[in-house]
Amino acid sequence: MTGRIALSRLGKAYRQYRAPSDRLLEWLSLGMHSRHELRWVLREIALEIQAGEAVGIVGANGAGKSTLLKLVTGTTQPTTGTVDVQGRVAALLELGIGFHPDATGRDNALIAGQLLGYQAAEIAARMGDIEAFAEIGDYMDLPLRTYSSGMQVRLAFSVATAIRPDVLIVDEALAVGDAYFQHKSFARIREFKAAGTTLLFVSHSAPVVKSICDRAVLLERGLLVRDGEPDAVLDYYNALVASRTVDHRIAESALGGIRSGDRRAAIESVEIAGENGPAAALRSGDPAVLRIQLRALERIPDLTVGFLIRDALGNDLFGTNTYHLAHRKFDVAQSQRFVCEFAIGRLALGT
Amino acid sequence: MIVRSLWNFRGFVRASVRREFRLRYAGSVLGALWQVLSPLAMIAVYTVIFSELMRARLPGIDDRFAYAIFVCCGLLPWTTFTEVLTRSQMMFIDNANLLKKASFPRSCVPAIVVASALTNFAVVYAVFLALIAASGHWPGWPVLALPVPILLLCLLGLAIGVFLGIAHVFFRDVGQVLAIALQVWFWLTPIVYPVQALPAEYQRWIGANPVTPIVAALQDVLVWQRWPDWTSLAYPGAIAALLTLLSIMAFRRQSAWIVDEL
Repeated sequence: MTGRIALSRLGKAYRQYRAPSDRLLEWLSLGMHSRHELRWVLREIALEIQAGEAVGIVGANGAGKSTLLKLVTGTTQPTTGTVDVQGRVAALLELGIGFHPDATGRDNALIAGQLLGYQAAEIAARMGDIEAFAEIGDYMDLPLRTYSSGMQVRLAFSVATAIRPDVLIVDEALAVGDAYFQHKSFARIREFKAAGTTLLFVSHSAPVVKSICDRAVLLERGLLVRDGEPDAVLDYYNALVASRTVDHRIAESALGGIRSGDRRAAIESVEIAGENGPAAALRSGDPAVLRIQLRALERIPDLTVGFLIRDALGNDLFGTNTYHLAHRKFDVAQSQRFVCEFAIGRLALGT
Repeated sequence: MIVRSLWNFRGFVRASVRREFRLRYAGSVLGALWQVLSPLAMIAVYTVIFSELMRARLPGIDDRFAYAIFVCCGLLPWTTFTEVLTRSQMMFIDNANLLKKASFPRSCVPAIVVASALTNFAVVYAVFLALIAASGHWPGWPVLALPVPILLLCLLGLAIGVFLGIAHVFFRDVGQVLAIALQVWFWLTPIVYPVQALPAEYQRWIGANPVTPIVAALQDVLVWQRWPDWTSLAYPGAIAALLTLLSIMAFRRQSAWIVDEL
């Protein structure tokens, strides 16, 4: 069936040589002496995608997402296992592949289209559509170097999607371009999906994956660790990221990293607890308790305890303190230990 | 397999060659005229120096243009040969991004190099042949034999070029080696001197160079105005065929690793 993708026991390893001369020696020995080490970037990937399914691939940098797309596209050969893709594949691994800065937009569109495997006549017949979708006006007949990067993206996307493919592979490339064009390109992708195109999509943007994909897979250090509903997979992924940052923070402050203040009181521990006790990560929407344990190093007559929650990018999202909440200050004696608890109703996604 | 996938992408190859051709002269006032002017200038320089100033004569021909024709008929294809080699040793590295990010038959890359070199050559040699005709040295029917040695030279260049291109991805020494090798090879080929000018024992060694009979065939047609000795082309033909076969095998084996290394 066209549009079906089947990956079985797929693995990819790159050969690593310590010196160029090692490779020469290996060649000269006609394979008798191996002088390389294999660096595995993908291992034992098994994935079946039915025609018309939209699958998002998520994971940290270096998890193997792009390599997986390259294997499905066919630009790289697998080390182990097989890739079976039915039908015509269009890959947007990088926008503007095959473009030349000195050629006009029209020329570039023609070559980029042929690079995707279409015949010159097919592209020529759709040149009007390409022009109309890109909306770059007279620039179509000017050299590409006069384009802004957004205009290049518009042209490249218009060419790559001028003809509906059976399988569309997109690698993060749509993150560029203005909001208007992003919206337009997502509309086209949805249109393709509705018409039966299989979609394979790498993105770091959770909302994008949730809105377009009906399935998500999580890659972690070259292994496929989760496969299922986008919501569940993304929650798991966020939890993974969160636990990593929390571990990191705690390690940092234990070493006396980020601290400020006049050292009249010390924070001994901070923990977030869910309904079932302390947790490194929470499901979005669940209630939680933030528990801060403190010790006064000297008597403090007017203590206020507060916190501030930031998102992954460091933006302040929400913060409060005991004075703001209860309009009172605490009088604590020297060496007194106490625990301050904040109950948080629900944390929304992204925090 | 290679042939069919290349055929499906013939439009891409053709468009790439055309774009290369067009962009070379983009922004210049005289444009494509340069394609004609530069060989014209080169031929004029050789003619003036050898025919007029040095009064060089070929043994056995009493014609003031004979030596200039002799030099040009070998030098112009040699220039194309070196163009094929120097471009193909860089072809995978230059197209690294394309090879990594786009899925197309890898054989398009060498095809574009050869097609573009042949196109240039066709223009240059056409100018040269026009001058030969204008100076009253048109060889007549034997001119039909010219494509055979020229295609042999191209095939030889392509086969060696594919090896160099693959090797260059893994070992960056190739570029340095090639520059030196081409210098030596040029003087081991009877292009600017007639092979008869060498002592007899060296003539045999020069004959082991597969380019020697190819250039000799061109000289037969254009200088001596006769049909080439076809049997002499069997040796370079066999070498070209063997190297082409080996280069296809190497290309198929290595093309997956090339992408990983780029």
